[in-house]
Amino acid sequence: MNAALSIGLDAVSYGMVLFTISIGLSIMMGLMRVVNLAHGAFAMIGGYFASYALKQLGLGYPVAILVAVLGTIAISLPLELLLYRRIYRGASELTQLLLTIGVTFVIIGLANYIFGPTSKPIPLPASLSGPFDLGFRMMPTHRLFVVACGLTTALALWLLIDRTNFGVRLRAAVDNGDMAEALGIRTQVIYSLTFAIAVGLGALGGVVGAKLLPIEPFYALRYMVTFLVVVSVGGAGSILGALSASLLLGLADSAGKYLAPEFGEFFFYLAVILIVFLFPNGLLGRAQ
Amino acid sequence: MTTVPTSVTVSPGLPALVRQVALPIVVIGLLGGAGYLLFPDDLAFLTRLISITLLVLSLDLVVGYCGIATLGHAALYGVSAYVAGNVCLAGHADPLLLLAVGAFAGAVVGLLSGVIVSRFRGLPQLVLSIAIGQLVGALSNKLSSLTGGSDGLAGISPGRIFGVFGFDLFGRTGYVFSLAVLAVVFVVLARLAASPFGLICRGIRDDNLRARMIGAAVYPRLIAMYGISGAVAGIGGALTAINTGVVGLDSVSFERSAEALVMLVLGGAGSLWGALFGAIIFQLFEHLVSAANPFHWMTLVGLLLIAIVLFAPSGLGPAVTSAWRRARGGGA
Repeated sequence: MNAALSIGLDAVSYGMVLFTISIGLSIMMGLMRVVNLAHGAFAMIGGYFASYALKQLGLGYPVAILVAVLGTIAISLPLELLLYRRIYRGASELTQLLLTIGVTFVIIGLANYIFGPTSKPIPLPASLSGPFDLGFRMMPTHRLFVVACGLTTALALWLLIDRTNFGVRLRAAVDNGDMAEALGIRTQVIYSLTFAIAVGLGALGGVVGAKLLPIEPFYALRYMVTFLVVVSVGGAGSILGALSASLLLGLADSAGKYLAPEFGEFFFYLAVILIVFLFPNGLLGRAQ
Repeated sequence: MTTVPTSVTVSPGLPALVRQVALPIVVIGLLGGAGYLLFPDDLAFLTRLISITLLVLSLDLVVGYCGIATLGHAALYGVSAYVAGNVCLAGHADPLLLLAVGAFAGAVVGLLSGVIVSRFRGLPQLVLSIAIGQLVGALSNKLSSLTGGSDGLAGISPGRIFGVFGFDLFGRTGYVFSLAVLAVVFVVLARLAASPFGLICRGIRDDNLRARMIGAAVYPRLIAMYGISGAVAGIGGALTAINTGVVGLDSVSFERSAEALVMLVLGGAGSLWGALFGAIIFQLFEHLVSAANPFHWMTLVGLLLIAIVLFAPSGLGPAVTSAWRRARGGGA
């Protein structure tokens, strides 16, 4: 019973980290149909920004998150302008893979050159670092913060996509890009804004999840596949899909690590193969 | 390297048997001689290069000829290396037997992957290929009684080839043996690519629906090609076990799969020559540059990849050929 509870709590907090990082990628893949393997690299850049702001500049935790999100967006926008625009929608998967692996490698090389190979600490403020009494159990406050971040992100995104004018245009561009363009929606602007939102969410996830996924140069390569898998299992472009996929895969991973630690990620990927084989468009994705 | 343009421009006029049999043997023989002259003290590097080249050729069958995007091909290569290594440790040390065992193991893993991966296209296909690669990687780490875990499987010492040629300390036997294997595999694949089976696979790649409409059984063909590809990767894996005597976890890693894909696309997917020269150029470059600093090497590979996608999307082979044709056309 106790073990099941521990697994469950771990699964939820790990799943929420996965969700916060992957949801940006999911929206991007749903709209621009681009398999962006560099998404983890952007999350990593966010982590480096936050670490720099906290340790070198001595800023507070909330400000550091803001710096991380804005800084990562500022770095990624030239990449969008020069590279990503060429591979939206039409390009083959192979082209998208190669270009985004290329971007990832360059970012890893530069991160190592600038910050060195060791992992960068992102110290938590005092209010988040202690334990929190849930009534029946003590829980690190940080984990609850991660869960809150994930849920807030999901809610904010749902409001943005479902309730705003921008969301209407975005959904129109997803459903039929050419028709949306013909109706006067500037799809290129929508793509750029979506790219910025996706990257910003990735950076946010990179910072708040740094306790579970530590920031070091090979972060981008180590978790490259994980985020893509979450999107594929959930279904590209679906918020609820990404949320359920994150929790499900978080559960598979935590349960595997508790019950059979020597198997590593075996159960995680076994679950992935089963789900994708049975639901090729993801749990809640639409047929393309 | 000067053989690239000549071979490509001359080949359309040559009879099929010369193009598919004699030319590969001559080119690989010449390259092998050049390699021996350039790196006489580092034959171990050249034999490793040859086994990775076999992996890239095998990847070309799936990516280039069938249009399947995969990032998990190292599974086929690594499992075969482990199987060949274990068979050798069990006392069956004949190198040709080990190659056959490797090819068989690779074909089995290839068929299984083919059943799962080639069922879909696009994102699910890609994710399934990655997941298979990671699954095999996690298993290899877990089954340390068979794989040696993170220490690697060591102590593989193959017997004499045909009972005559023993593997020497300088790797001369291993080098010549590997070259011969590469030449034979290349010739077989060149014949296969030009066969009706090879042509229907290309047809499926170019237009899946039309291939289905003219009555091609798409799914079984793709699985069959995956099996053949697995056999080739398996020969490469067995070769590395035979030559180095060690099999490590890196041979089933995601990085190995990604690197093979980079080499293939560098040379040009969909052509065996592209796979051959992509693998050679990339590894020579890596050998010379990465010794200095592995992280600058990563940055360089990244920039190279971006440059290929932007300026030579079908690989260096076609880019060089068309530049050559333009230059010749302009001169005439």
